[in-house]
This record gives sequence, structure tokens and C-alpha cells, in this order.
Amino acid sequence: MKVSYYPGCSLHSTGLEYGKSTEEVCKILDIELEELSDWNCCGAGSAHCTDEVLSIELPVRNLVTAEESGLDLVIPCAACFNRFKVAEKHIREGKEPAIDTSYKGKVPVKHLLDFLSEEENLKLIKEKIQKPLNGLKAVCYYGCLITRPPKVTDAKNHENPQAMDELLSLLGVEVYPWSYKTDCCGGSLMLSRPDIVAELSGKLIQMAKEAGADCIVTACPLCQANLDTKQGRISKNLENKVHFPAFYFTELLGLALGCEKAGQWLKKHVIDPRDLLKSQGLL
Amino acid sequence: MQFESVIVPDNTWLAEVGSSSGESVSICYQCKTCSSGCPVAFAMDLLPHQIIHMIRLGLKDEVLKSASIWLCASCETCTTRCPNDIDVAKIIDTMRMASLKSGLKLKEKRPSIFHKSVLSSIKKTGRLYELGMIGIYTLKSGDIVSNIKSGALLEDAKVGWKLFKERKLKIFPRLVKGRKEIKRFFKKLKRGETA
Repeated sequence: MKVSYYPGCSLHSTGLEYGKSTEEVCKILDIELEELSDWNCCGAGSAHCTDEVLSIELPVRNLVTAEESGLDLVIPCAACFNRFKVAEKHIREGKEPAIDTSYKGKVPVKHLLDFLSEEENLKLIKEKIQKPLNGLKAVCYYGCLITRPPKVTDAKNHENPQAMDELLSLLGVEVYPWSYKTDCCGGSLMLSRPDIVAELSGKLIQMAKEAGADCIVTACPLCQANLDTKQGRISKNLENKVHFPAFYFTELLGLALGCEKAGQWLKKHVIDPRDLLKSQGLL
Repeated sequence: MQFESVIVPDNTWLAEVGSSSGESVSICYQCKTCSSGCPVAFAMDLLPHQIIHMIRLGLKDEVLKSASIWLCASCETCTTRCPNDIDVAKIIDTMRMASLKSGLKLKEKRPSIFHKSVLSSIKKTGRLYELGMIGIYTLKSGDIVSNIKSGALLEDAKVGWKLFKERKLKIFPRLVKGRKEIKRFFKKLKRGETA
């Protein structure tokens, strides 16, 4: 199978392990990712609060390229996915302000989690599991923009999404229920108001622990970065040393599929998750 | 009796917001669902439902100066849950654009400096060059002084060094070939203070 692929800026930098693990997982599953040629940044969280036309034009330039290939477009970053869906619907539904583009509105835009959760891909994953992740206790964290607002994302169950829960359960992970699946981590306030991010991400980590999990699993490079890099500040707030690994779901998928490069991604985390995996005999 | 300031309502503003956002704030019945679900409400000076009501009252400057419109994390919870299907997050975006145009002194300017830094990076290279963006933001925001005082700088430096060592922060930007086209998108923006 072949799909168009838009990694977005983060997967080449702060979300490097998300990008590497996605590529490896797809290689194992015989899914060919055709990276959009000469793609540009979609403007993510910044363009839409500065200028509406710009916030549509930036992703649409990439949609034009994707449309030429005639393939489905798969996007791992939740923020990029959301902006592409907004732009895609804006053009297709002929909304104001009108945008000057050759895009016809024919590209199916999919978040990587939803794409890998499609029936035939789940079947493929099930067949190729080499090392079930039994003993790993996790909560699934979807964040905001994969599911919200549902009129943009077309999410089926936006208050209680299930795709990651089902995927990780399939891998043998013990998935814990909790009420914070789609609560906000603070998103792009990361640099400008790290105090707010530490408050929100700190709450997520506390609640994940309370639910009984040893780690939190994400599907967004901004969520993972906030959860992984702010634990120093969170520890200070809570007056208690916090050390709580935050994985990308693709890292765990790669591990379960027996990918030998898994250690290379995991060592890139600020909060090293390898001890946790070793303690369960998974690494 | 002496007033510190006099609030002058702008009665034309409601219609302006309606046309620029494409949303009708008039249908809001102040159920406060937006404010109840807002994750950043604890840090806000005006709650989302108050912003909506103040737009109706024409309290333009008070809304555009507020910290809240820049503290909104764009999580889309308010938009998703509004029983009247008002796109509250889009109205906040509309407020942000208007506040940039207004030239008013913002109560919270750091998030807007962040967004400008991001866009100026995209404008130059076509993609987000994170190290450059962080540099621009740090210089423009003046956060460095308060961060040294609070000790946050040391913490950030430790994390930054780890990211750099793991090649998660790149020294050089990646240049998109179609930069000219992207610059054209930016040129079309008529605002004075565009990134």
C-alpha cells in the first residue's frame, strides 16, 4: 500500500523519534510513505490566530501536491492534521474568504493513528506482532486536535476516543481508563507561558498515575514535548520529583513489531523510558 | 466624583465581529459551558462567556486588551461543546487579529510574540526552523531576565542541551524550494505588523 505523507516540521526536529518510529513501523507493515515533495509548514497554531487567509493558503499549497499524486494523505502531527482538515473543508465547501488555488478538494486527509487503526492495517499489525508488550501499564492521551472540533476532524467519539486504546490493547499493553484523554496539555503556550503548560501537563501526569499507569502514550509531537520536557518544572510545582515516561504510540508499535532501532528513538527522550521497559523485560 | 476611566461602548462592533468571524454571538444564552470546560480559565482575566457578552455590549477595548484572548490554547473544547454551535475559538482568533490591528497595549503580549516569531521563521524558510524561532522569541519577549531570576533558564538550558545533543534541535534551517510562493502568501497580508 502507498500513501502520501506529510511529516510536518516537528517530526524532523523536536518530534524526531515520532518521525523515525513512524517510518520504521510503516516499513515493517509494507506501507510506502511518499513524502510530499517540497512541502511547507502548515502554520500550525500560529497562522490561524494571525490571518485566516494565510492559515488556509499554507496547508493548501501542500494539498495541491497531494492531489496530484491521487493518494490518501497521512499526517502524524495532530496540529497539522487539524489545519489540513480545516483548509480542505474550507475549499471543498467554498467558504469565505475565497482562496485562489487549483486544489479541487479531493484529498482524503487522515491522522496517522486513524489510518493505522483501519481494519486492514490492524489485521496486518496483529499478524506481525513479535513481542507483545505484556505488563506495560499505560493511559492513552489523544489531546485536543485529533478529535476536536468533530465538525472539522470527523471524529466519531470525540469525548471518549478509542482508536489508541484498541491499538495498544492489541499490542498487549494494559490500557487504563481515565477521564483526561482529550484534556489540553497547554499546546503552543510551551515557550510563552510555560507556567500554564506545567500546570496542565502536570495535572495530566498526576491523573495518569492516579489511574494506575506507569506511562502516558501520545499521538502528537506537541503533547509529547510538553509532557516530556516540562517535568523539571512540574516537579518543582508538586514539590515532588516526577519521572513519568511519555511515549509516541508508534514507538510502542515499533517495539511490539520487533523493530531493532527502537532503542535509538527511546534514548532521545528527556525522561528516559528505557528503565521502565527493561523492568518489564520489554527492552 | 472622579472616574479613572470612562468606558465608551462601540455599538457598531457587534456587526463587525459577526462579519469578520462569520459567527453570531447574539444567539449565546450565557450557559457558561465554554468557560466551565476551558482548561486555561484559571489563568484568564475574562472568561470565554464574558468575552462573548462583552462583544455584545460593545466593550471593544476591554476585550482586545485582555490577557485571555492570548492565553486561549486553541484546544477547541468551547467550540465543540457550545449548545448553540457558536465557534467560540474562532471568535477568540478574530479577537486576536483585531487586537494586533488595534495597536492597543496588550495585557499579555508573550503569546503574540511567539506566534509572530513562528510566522517570521516560516516566511523566511518555508518551514519552522525551531532554533531560530526560539532565538527570535527570546530576544523579543525579554523573558530571559525573568527566567534567570526564577531559575527557569537553567532548567530550560538542560532540556535544550539534551534536545540539541539528540539532534532534535537542528543548527541549520531546511529551505523549501517554493519559498517565493510562500513569501507571496505573506505579502498579501495588509497588516502593518505582520511577521
